[in-house]
Amino acid sequence: MIRVALPAHLRTLARVSGEVQLEVPPPVTQRAVLDALEARHPVLRGTIREHGTLRRRAFVRYFACREDLSHESADAPLPDAVASGAEPFVILGAMAGG
Amino acid sequence: MSGVRILVGTRKGAFVLTADGKRTSWDVSGPHFAGWEIYHAKGSPADPDRLYASQSSSWFGQVIQRSDDGGRSWAPVGNEFRYEGVPGTHQWYDGTPHPWEFARVWHLEPSLTDPDTVYAGVEDAALFRSTDGARTWQELPGLREHGSGPHWQPGAGGMCLHTILQHPSDSARLFIAISSAGAFRSDDAGKSWRPINRGLRSEQIPDPTAEVGHCVHRIALHPSRPDVLFMQKHWDVMRSDDAGESWREVSGNLPTDFGFPIDVHAHEPETIYVVPIKSDSEHYPLDGKLRVYRSRTGGGEWEALTKGLPQRDCYVNVLRDAMAVDSLDPCGVYFGTTGGQVYASPNSGDAWAPIVRDLPPVLSVEVQTLR
Repeated sequence: MIRVALPAHLRTLARVSGEVQLEVPPPVTQRAVLDALEARHPVLRGTIREHGTLRRRAFVRYFACREDLSHESADAPLPDAVASGAEPFVILGAMAGG
Repeated sequence: MSGVRILVGTRKGAFVLTADGKRTSWDVSGPHFAGWEIYHAKGSPADPDRLYASQSSSWFGQVIQRSDDGGRSWAPVGNEFRYEGVPGTHQWYDGTPHPWEFARVWHLEPSLTDPDTVYAGVEDAALFRSTDGARTWQELPGLREHGSGPHWQPGAGGMCLHTILQHPSDSARLFIAISSAGAFRSDDAGKSWRPINRGLRSEQIPDPTAEVGHCVHRIALHPSRPDVLFMQKHWDVMRSDDAGESWREVSGNLPTDFGFPIDVHAHEPETIYVVPIKSDSEHYPLDGKLRVYRSRTGGGEWEALTKGLPQRDCYVNVLRDAMAVDSLDPCGVYFGTTGGQVYASPNSGDAWAPIVRDLPPVLSVEVQTLR
């Protein structure tokens, strides 16, 4: 089971509390996780990735296992600890003031 | 029992202010969509329980919210705004070509007759329409594909389509305005468009009387006389008596004719309101005095409305979508400020009182008259 941690605004939008748990068949990649997340919560389409291009929105970041995976290929395998559910795949808004 | 419901969009959420017909005691609910920018929220003239709101964030993009019960509950609907075809380029601030990119919805204009039909004015400037209650959106590309499109440039706030006006009896006629391209009119329900900027003069562009390129801030009309348009331009308050074919300046005795909103009294089509702002480089009232100006002559002659408004040390702005009128008698006038105040006048502007003083910066104010 893949664990996904959403930022507060997107938890509110998707009406979930805590982490989202998803069944994702291997290979577990950013694209596979985000496809599964958006299939479970269609309201998140366009909020993490742009419509159409499916590019990561500029101020969204992906972290896992204390590493920034934002600039990794969408089709690269995620760390084993994410694939096994030991660690969450963290989606968050880039830090900014204001 | 009559009453009013004010939909307030702010930098950090939406607020709903309600009162009975006396408009002296207010209930405040919110923030709705807390932490998100609410550029605009507006109710359907055909069904007052149907509301639409534009919720956006630089981080998480655009969300459209819909309520079917007058704002007691909301649900996100469609948020995909895809330009038709290959969108091409417009001019960037430095004059270079820049690809058309969707950023956000500035303005939502529900149909006058069908609660499921709503128009959206977006940045980068384009007009979209939904006919299924905002579940899906289709661009009306004839506007963006007008031959002048590659020459449009953004204003300081972005290249936004911010004003959408519907003719009350001719559903084929629409008016829109873009900062900073100007005003356009369609006579075939949005299929084709032409600029309606003759008579505008803007010293800030290379050709001051160009067909496009004017920074129109807001247009308003009265439904009983839809060929009469009032415009607050970057500088200048303008009037057209022929559905935009020509414009003439009606700034008259205003202390400054820079500003953002303009609106028309609900029962007096020659009574209009503006909020003069010092200049394009100093976006606050002249001399620290917040004054609404009212003309009862359709422009030209203006009177300052000050009763109840701060007359010293006031340096807020009133943005283009942040003024509205109700249709009770006497007409109520409302506006919100970047300082978070929403002021109400239940007597056509003669006297004002704040409904709230400490909201986040107000982006938009719309009023529903409930009967």
